Amino acid sequence: MAFSSEQEQRNLVARHRRSRLFARLCAVVTWSSVFLLAVLLVRVSLDGLSWLDWQFLDSFPSRIPERAGIKAALVGTLWMIVLVALIAIPVGVSAALYLEEFAKRGRLSRLIEVNIANLAGVPSIVYGILGLAIFVRFFALERSLISGALTMSLLILPVIIIASREAIRMVPMSIRYAALSLGATRWQTTWSHVLPSAFPGIMTGVILALSRAIGETAPLILIGAMSFVAFLPQGPMDSFTALPIQIYDWASRPQAEFQELAAAGIIVLLIVLLLMNATAIYIRNKTEKRQK
Amino acid sequence: MSSSSGQSSVSFSIRKGGLRWGETAIKTWLRICTLVSLFTTVAIVVLLLAESLGFFREVSPLEFFFGTRWVPLLNPSSFGVLPLVWGTTLITVGAAVIAIPLGLASAIYLSEYASDRVRAWVKPVLELLAGIPTVVYGYFALTFVTPVLRTLIPDIQVFNALSGAIVVGIMILPTIATLSDNALRAVPVSLRQAAYAVGATSYEVTTRIVVPAGLSGVMASFLLAISRAIGETMAVTLASGQTPNLEFTMLESIQTMTAYIVQISLGDAPSGGVAYQTLFAVATMLFFITLLINIISQWILGRFREVYD
Repeated sequence: MAFSSEQEQRNLVARHRRSRLFARLCAVVTWSSVFLLAVLLVRVSLDGLSWLDWQFLDSFPSRIPERAGIKAALVGTLWMIVLVALIAIPVGVSAALYLEEFAKRGRLSRLIEVNIANLAGVPSIVYGILGLAIFVRFFALERSLISGALTMSLLILPVIIIASREAIRMVPMSIRYAALSLGATRWQTTWSHVLPSAFPGIMTGVILALSRAIGETAPLILIGAMSFVAFLPQGPMDSFTALPIQIYDWASRPQAEFQELAAAGIIVLLIVLLLMNATAIYIRNKTEKRQK
Repeated sequence: MSSSSGQSSVSFSIRKGGLRWGETAIKTWLRICTLVSLFTTVAIVVLLLAESLGFFREVSPLEFFFGTRWVPLLNPSSFGVLPLVWGTTLITVGAAVIAIPLGLASAIYLSEYASDRVRAWVKPVLELLAGIPTVVYGYFALTFVTPVLRTLIPDIQVFNALSGAIVVGIMILPTIATLSDNALRAVPVSLRQAAYAVGATSYEVTTRIVVPAGLSGVMASFLLAISRAIGETMAVTLASGQTPNLEFTMLESIQTMTAYIVQISLGDAPSGGVAYQTLFAVATMLFFITLLINIISQWILGRFREVYD
């Protein structure tokens, strides 16, 4: 560098200054996003925490904010979790197993792959319209829990299939060869060896998909979940409400008290989601240990 | 001896036959489950097209696609969808203007500058941000973003496009950041080392080597995020209101295609009428616009992917 002119040296300094500036800018942007998450959570907690008590959890909605509660919505959401899990997990994992373990690589399986990728990108509100036309109207299931659960299952099916396929693909071929060489059939190999090995990965994907279903609002509005439900659903054919619907209803009212109720509802919703994610991590850690 | 061996071979073949039957049944069940996804697509397309055809028997496509007034529920009604498309465009472009630079910068930070420890900590937080239900972002827009905007711009309306665009931008930022980060990290280290070896600064390496090399993945993440913004419903409905608007303004209440669908399904339209059928006509547009963007994004991923060893 001794022979470089003064001009070149100045250029070099400027280039490095620009580089440092750029690095700092990127860091600031990233940390701002993290900061934003903190602001969001702190805001909601500050707004809603004072309303969050047993009375809130154990009351039905009311026109009087002090008496309003989230019982029906919370129970509705718990029903939804169970029903969607019962419908979407078996179907989604079965489809993933078929595509990875049984299907011949051909036109049809390629078509199904492209189709699943595109379904994952369809706006949730379109699934709501599908649910309204098929489950509510055509199968005459009315505005019931089961209509909502079936709609949500269709919505998260692509996510479950994609995640499960990735988990199944991670299982080493040697495990399959070992089982097959000992005379196991395709399905025996799949059921007793591939599935247990892929289980932690599948569970993680499934629970993430389920938590997406729990937070979705638009499809439930379409199929007609109500925001004013003063009873608990007794079975899958009953009408219902769910946490995001109740939050939407409260948030869209102008009074400040209802906005704070919405915040309290959001805290409950986020706790449910957090518990589900914690379960996913717990299951993953536990099964991973057992396999070692 | 001979009888026993005969018996065992018989029982063996029965067991084998039984297994084969079970195997076939299971395989059929698995295949049916796989076909559910195909049926879903067919059902969506058939339903949307059939109901839209019914709609276009009442309203001329010319009025729908080029009309500038959207008054489906009042008399005299008018079914020009442009105000709704315009509302969606405002939100989407606004969100993209916010999320694309910020998301790409975050991705560059995560893949080029952050230490492994920081990355292991920040990336899950960004994914958490992506997992927050959209109705929560709607609440955030109403109770935080809009009040802040109102102190900055006093004549902004309570429901406005800007607030919606900002929260949708925040919402799609993690998608861009995490997917672009994956794309940038897939660029081999040797390319960076070669550039550093000839004296490039980290800024030059990033902007001239790494980002161009990972461009297909980065572009795909932009398109995916944009398609999410177009289909986004609750945040926009809560933040930006229900007023079809064809003006070039971020400060007034607007209505997106998704917000209109929510408005109709919350109750005013009698089932079976033309107003009810608009639901399907609008949803059909929404479906095909997002489908087109998703297909382009997959095409870019497949067509322009640089493969390195």
